[in-house]
Amino acid sequence: MSRAKGAIVGIGELKPQRLTSGLTTLEMIAEVSRLAVLDAGLEPAAIDGLLVGPQVGETPQHVPATIAEYLGLAPTMANVVDLGGASGAGMVWRAAAAIEAGMCDAVLCVLANNREEVAPRSPNRNPIREFDVPFGASGANISYALLMQAHMAEYGSTARDFALIAAAARANAQLNPDAIFYGKPADVEAVLASPMIASPLHLLEIVMPVAGGEAVVVTSTERARSLRKPPVHLLGAGEKVTHRAVSQAPSLTSGPLKSAMARAFQQSGTRADEMDLLSLYDCYTIMVATTIEDAGLCAPGAFGAWLNDHDLSHKGAKPLNTHGGQLGFGQPDLAGGMTHIVEAVRQLRGEAGERQIGKAGLALVTGNGATMSEATALVLGAA
Amino acid sequence: MPIDLNTLKTAGPTITALTRPFWDAATDGRLTIQHCEECGRAIFYPRPICPHCWSKRLVWKDASGRGRLKSFSEVHKPGHPGWLPAAPYVVGLVELAEGPTMLSFILPGTRPQQIGDMLLLAPTAIGGRVLPAFIPVESRAEEKPQ
Ligand SMILES: [Zn+2]
Repeated sequence: MSRAKGAIVGIGELKPQRLTSGLTTLEMIAEVSRLAVLDAGLEPAAIDGLLVGPQVGETPQHVPATIAEYLGLAPTMANVVDLGGASGAGMVWRAAAAIEAGMCDAVLCVLANNREEVAPRSPNRNPIREFDVPFGASGANISYALLMQAHMAEYGSTARDFALIAAAARANAQLNPDAIFYGKPADVEAVLASPMIASPLHLLEIVMPVAGGEAVVVTSTERARSLRKPPVHLLGAGEKVTHRAVSQAPSLTSGPLKSAMARAFQQSGTRADEMDLLSLYDCYTIMVATTIEDAGLCAPGAFGAWLNDHDLSHKGAKPLNTHGGQLGFGQPDLAGGMTHIVEAVRQLRGEAGERQIGKAGLALVTGNGATMSEATALVLGAA
Repeated sequence: MPIDLNTLKTAGPTITALTRPFWDAATDGRLTIQHCEECGRAIFYPRPICPHCWSKRLVWKDASGRGRLKSFSEVHKPGHPGWLPAAPYVVGLVELAEGPTMLSFILPGTRPQQIGDMLLLAPTAIGGRVLPAFIPVESRAEEKPQ
């Protein structure tokens, strides 16, 4: 017999009701989670893994971050398990696997549902919808503008510093014929001259939404050896989810990628300055700025000087988003974050053609969700 | 001339039984938030359990209405069409004197906003409902909240 994969140590259950007048699913999740964690005799802070179900309507996206924020958790592994009636069992197995993989130590697996007599007219009932939207804050632009303004106030970073990031992305996109901005460079002046959307954020500092798709196949290193293409190895990874709404962010100038990247570097035995490629999630210029600083490539607040000191093209010492990043390539919704992985694989295989970087041994890939809320970092290595 | 915010066709809050005390207080021009009797911390937004210690011993208390501007943005292209007539307008993150941070509408002061500005609660009718907006302290004597 093989050894046990894990153990269930706490349980919670809510008494069934035919109707829940005015209760939200989030409220019920809080109640039942508390019961299970009390039963386990754990402190809430001991929970560092979170598996939740989908919440159709109530919270259409970013469900784990919304629930983590609601519960005051900052898990290092967070996922939706969407397997219908098998979701509960699926969660238990994934929890054990995640613990075995070193992602986390104590996983809360939770499912709940409300049942209204009449479905509410506005089905989206999460805290952002209730406490941000009525004040005039809808959408990600305003949230990232708030982060950018805070960075400028804390460190004296300038509009020009941020514009460098957009201009570099556009420059790199000129070597990617598939990029939406191929043939359409934009320099720092053009970025600064573009319309103000939500101060201090200019139009060209925001990704262009596009249709698209990305996919990768993952297998074991053993199996990979016999396949057609040179494998790209996952050498280390890290994850962290700290909040959902920008008002609840523990910091406006440093994000959960800091700890996710630290874990990825630690697992892979690498350092940020050893990376041959930086494939950094770039929904907005501020996201790249914060990631460069959180990676430890420069001191907090010093990203502008760092950008000025480095050639970010494929020819430079610090190639950054050689596919153009999402700022140059376009953002095919959730697949946008996978463009950074696909490009890293191309570069580490030596298949990037005209934009191939010189030494291609190690790549840092980052992913970011919501408002600097959901973070995953990968260190990839060439075979 | 500034437009009457109360005429905006904006989305109001999606109130639940749990959050109703917050919005009822807002209608009365007050800001009320939950305090945890277990760990002593004030929390925002309302929840059935304290996000710091998971206690259910939460009580509503009126906040002082004082806060500090943690960040802000002047919105030129609103994400919701109902706000277009008001643009540009300012939203900000308000660190309440009690501890937690909330997002709110920031009324114009006598000078441009700066992070670190001290703010005061300024209940304001927006889109047909009184919301807990804020105004920079220095401006309060000169400008009456709408
Ligand atoms: Zn508490």
